Amino acid sequence: MNLLTLGNCLSTYLVIGALLFGIGIYGLIQRSTFIGMLISAELILSGASVNFMAFSRFLAPDPTTGQIITLFIMAIAAAEAAIVLSIILAVYRNYRSIDTADVKDMNG
Amino acid sequence: MIQTLLSAETYAAAVFLLFIFATLAGAAIAVSSKILIRSVTGLALCFLGVAGIYYFLNSPFLALMQILIYVGAICVVIIFAIMLAENDENMHKKKQCICSSIAAFAASTALTVGIVWLAMHNNWQRISCQSNSGSVEQIGKSLLTTYSMSFELISVVLLVAIIGSLVLARSGRDKL
Repeated sequence: MNLLTLGNCLSTYLVIGALLFGIGIYGLIQRSTFIGMLISAELILSGASVNFMAFSRFLAPDPTTGQIITLFIMAIAAAEAAIVLSIILAVYRNYRSIDTADVKDMNG
Repeated sequence: MIQTLLSAETYAAAVFLLFIFATLAGAAIAVSSKILIRSVTGLALCFLGVAGIYYFLNSPFLALMQILIYVGAICVVIIFAIMLAENDENMHKKKQCICSSIAAFAASTALTVGIVWLAMHNNWQRISCQSNSGSVEQIGKSLLTTYSMSFELISVVLLVAIIGSLVLARSGRDKL
């Protein structure tokens, strides 16, 4: 594998997507605030988008498919961010905290 | 030798490596920084790098959309939430349990290594000819013909999300 042809190789993009996904999973487990977990979830979504784009560029008969799926993922991510942030505001008003350990009213 | 060093391919490879570095460094900053506003900055850097990667995947439209939506909208919304909800004593209140970090690292490493192994060892059949070039015109056409149903459903989802977030953020305003 040559460094010059790195951008024309499917495995490069798959590895980037896998690394973004792994970093996002790490943050999702390790973070202790809701906003940190939201940031990690966005990383996981962008890893999935990179995979879709790479497959549609190199493997799909119709290269628009992956691009449209990535557009839909962007719309879903925007909706998700809006909903999660309003939930965070509601939690903050009730508990005065955005730490996940403080929201434990139903803890058994 | 000098000619190969100064050719357009060398510059393209250097820019590509720069985008990959920006993506991974931004992602690392986003998950490792203790201060949330720095995490968001790292997230924006990561999204810029991903936009560059989209550009190398033959879709400049998606690259611009990535910058517009992720960097321009989502990061700004997260920054608003941090300004509204974060208080300073939260940051120094308690130490993060070290075992949770180790568990997170082990789980994410196992997942990443598995996916990378699959990506490297699968025999991907590269397609010889594609039916169109994947330009903006083709995206628009298939968005309004093949994918028109999903297009409409996405707009309904966005409308419901807007109304729902307004309702959620509005209730209990007297407590603030």
